[in-house]
Amino acid sequence: MADYERALPNSHRDLGGSKTLSEWLHLDLMLLAPLLALMLGGLLVLYSASDADWQTVVGQGRNQLIGLAAMVLAAQFRVDTYRRWAPLLYGVGFFLLLAVPWVGVGAKGAQRWLNLGVVQFQPSELMKLAMPLMMAWWFSRYTIPPRLWPLLGSLMVILLPVVLIGIQPDLGTSLLVAVSGLIVLFLAGLSGWYIVAASLLGVASVWPAWHFVLKDYQRQRIITLLDPEADKLGAGWNIIQSKTAIGSGGWGGKGWLSGTQSHLDFLPESQTDFIIAVLAEEFGLQGVLLLLGLYLLVIMRGFWIGLHAQSGFARLLASAITFTFFVYVFVNMGMVAGILPVVGVPLPLVSFGGTSMVTLMLAFGVLMAISTEQRSLSA
Amino acid sequence: MRSALRDPHRDAAIHSRRLAITLLMVVTALTVVGYRYYGLQIVDHQRYLTQSDRNRVRLEAIPPKRGLIFDRRGRLLASNIPSHRLSIVLERVDDLDELLAHLERLVGLDAHDLERFNERRVLRRPYDPVPLKLQLSDTEMARVGVNLHDLPGVAIEAQLTRHYPHGELFSHVVGYVGRINEQETARLDDSRYRGTLHVGKIGIEKRYESVLHGGVGAQNVEANAHGRVLRVVDKVPPTDGADLQLHIDLDLQRVAFEALGQQRGAIVAIDPRNGGILALVSNPGFDSNLFVNGISSKDYEALRTSVNSPLFNRAVQGQYPPGSTIKPMLGLAGLTLNLIEADSTVADPGWYQLAGDSRRYRDWILRIRGTGHAPEVDLRMAIAESCDVYYYDLAHRMGIERVAESLAPYGFGVLTTLDTTGEKAGILPNTDWKRQRLGEPWYPGETLSVGIGQGYMLATPLQLAQATMVLANRGTSFVPSLVKRVGESPNGAEVRPPLIAAEEHWRSIIEGMMDVVHDPRGTAAAIGTDLSYTMAGKTGTSQVIGIAQDDVYEETDIAEHHRNHGWFIAFAPVDKPRIAIVVLAENGGGSSAAYPVARKVMDAWLLDDANAGGAVDG
Repeated sequence: MADYERALPNSHRDLGGSKTLSEWLHLDLMLLAPLLALMLGGLLVLYSASDADWQTVVGQGRNQLIGLAAMVLAAQFRVDTYRRWAPLLYGVGFFLLLAVPWVGVGAKGAQRWLNLGVVQFQPSELMKLAMPLMMAWWFSRYTIPPRLWPLLGSLMVILLPVVLIGIQPDLGTSLLVAVSGLIVLFLAGLSGWYIVAASLLGVASVWPAWHFVLKDYQRQRIITLLDPEADKLGAGWNIIQSKTAIGSGGWGGKGWLSGTQSHLDFLPESQTDFIIAVLAEEFGLQGVLLLLGLYLLVIMRGFWIGLHAQSGFARLLASAITFTFFVYVFVNMGMVAGILPVVGVPLPLVSFGGTSMVTLMLAFGVLMAISTEQRSLSA
Repeated sequence: MRSALRDPHRDAAIHSRRLAITLLMVVTALTVVGYRYYGLQIVDHQRYLTQSDRNRVRLEAIPPKRGLIFDRRGRLLASNIPSHRLSIVLERVDDLDELLAHLERLVGLDAHDLERFNERRVLRRPYDPVPLKLQLSDTEMARVGVNLHDLPGVAIEAQLTRHYPHGELFSHVVGYVGRINEQETARLDDSRYRGTLHVGKIGIEKRYESVLHGGVGAQNVEANAHGRVLRVVDKVPPTDGADLQLHIDLDLQRVAFEALGQQRGAIVAIDPRNGGILALVSNPGFDSNLFVNGISSKDYEALRTSVNSPLFNRAVQGQYPPGSTIKPMLGLAGLTLNLIEADSTVADPGWYQLAGDSRRYRDWILRIRGTGHAPEVDLRMAIAESCDVYYYDLAHRMGIERVAESLAPYGFGVLTTLDTTGEKAGILPNTDWKRQRLGEPWYPGETLSVGIGQGYMLATPLQLAQATMVLANRGTSFVPSLVKRVGESPNGAEVRPPLIAAEEHWRSIIEGMMDVVHDPRGTAAAIGTDLSYTMAGKTGTSQVIGIAQDDVYEETDIAEHHRNHGWFIAFAPVDKPRIAIVVLAENGGGSSAAYPVARKVMDAWLLDDANAGGAVDG
């Protein structure tokens, strides 16, 4: 007993000395560093995009602090806890989505919000996190690659919330949620034949989808994407102006606070969805590449965590969260540059907004929980 | 099926393989995005840079300030007053119908506003403001201002609007400006009229449009996406229009206008020393301010259909038989041609007959006295008492060709080229004219009619004023002019070829004209009493309808519009004339409706010491 007691402090020292603050907070510094860089850079761009409005910048800083707190909180749980709670979280999210049409609050012609008295809350945001959790849980229960029945079951898991979000209508979020589920299927080793068959089915459904599913404004966005000049003052305006902002930035940019497109209000939504155009105009391609680099660092680290995770659940979850993050970046930067339809996806960590910040940071907290567990077990 | 049955290494291998593919997809996608930004920012950089500059900077016209118009003493006759108008930038409007409905509720829009707006809308570029409602009241401005955030594309523009402080008094002289209409848009130089809404329509405003308008300026402004101007990048200021100073005297114009009172007619007063018009009245006039921002169809219809024709400028457009006012001129011609002498006489039974023609050409006096002016009438008496028989005889002996030739130097039958618009030339008939116009030969009896200023002969009050100036100057003639000074440069008097006649002939004629006023037997003797200056004049009466032979003309039997026109021409003081005047009393019955008016105007001008000097200063 005495030997044991005496050996314990030493063994602790053998494990790597006293815990650092980041270890103690379960933080992954390799992930945190690019995240913080993106946030700080985001504040810089936002200051310009808001015409030097300190209130906006302070507000976004507060959003970021809340996001960081949420991240730290989420990093404290054990991965197994997430696994056990995944079905419940998904169930609650699903139930709330069902409730939206009945008790939801509308904005801009769509019902997306639930009024919880103190805050308004979008159940679809919760689903962005609940979906990869649920899918990872699903395939931690069944063999991979998935067989037919578990596969069909997982498709239902994806489809039901996606349809509910799609009819709100919020096509952008429903596609993102679908992607965050489908990527788990792919990572779980879904047979290539299924993928080919699904792709063919997808192509075949373009025509009925165009005529029966998509609403006018959604069709308009796709038409606008293909030919923005056709409607210069209407839907095409945003794309023409954002391309002009980006293109006029050149290699070096017009300089911080000197972007004419954004400061003269030609650029729409310059603080939220189109903020990358402000960055591109004022900091040029240099700035864009730096931003892409930071995003790539986050994604690489996320995949690294996924690759080295200890359980099937953790692997799928980490990789799916990271991939979803990538899709945000890709869709946003693509739509502002006019190669993807405008679907209302913010630029992660940079666009102004509280809800998406908290959702994202919660997801990174989960990544850090996985990373922490992997480190402690491999040490 | 539980995880216990699974092979963890195989699961991890599947995941690793799939993750590698995913990473490949991610890198590919981000490369595509990066390449897209490269394409926009490097390859097409120049194009987008140009586009962003074009977005940013907009060329705007700065309309010049229209020149002011002053009377001879520097009193304003046409000014610019600030006003506000409501305009719409179409580019920024989502739903025009809804916006118009909203504005209708706020400030009220009449059909006229909308009609104008729709006309202009087609012609303007989408980023140019299109005026919708002019001259907003303070209340309307406040209503729009408060709601401006709800009204995208709506702008309140401040600009200067033409104002005529003496409305009716100068309507026929100064004229008016009005909104540029479609024909004018096509005619006017677009580059000079960018930003200008009004253009001179008649009168001096039209005649001097090019100098009054000035030169348009331009500025490059940085505007935001809502069309709101944030900063002026560079600026070429406009050249404001030149101010005009007229020969006309505001006080004299008012005296003349008020002297006519209810009498339809015209007055032209001219300075014989330089041809400057001192007063030019056509009564009735109209309020020229009505036309500036588009006269309502109701107002216009009222003006257009009025029996008094207020829009008609009688002074320069009205063509009337000059009647006996031409007698001094024919008398001078008779003397010069040696057909008569100052003391030669003509027997006057009250009528005149051509050899071989049974028709009797009556003298106006026959109706009153039943006989002629006197058994024998000489030139001086023929002028003073306006003896028709004397002039029937003279005209018959001159023949129509020499009658026309001798009247031509006074400016009959051709435009005086007064600097206004719409002037008519009148008619100075001869055989050629009749053959060309009517395809008929000239009959000797027609010469007699012309001899007393009747028949085919027509003249405007302005032409008679010019002729009176020639008499006052003993032959020297100037082109009549309204404008004395354009900006800083004087509008010099333009001399016309003089009428040459012997000095004693001039004296004979002018003595006769003085008798008209100063001799108790003179036709205008009524205004000759208590005159403190010398005046030479001539009365005239011109028939509106032909009177059958031996018919008696009775004023009371004839509809007002068929009554005779009364004329009076005069100049004073006789030695050194400072004013020559023509008064037309349209359907006034006779010259007695005209000469009292002339006396009032003369008194106002000659008895006011302020007008004594400054004669040929222009």
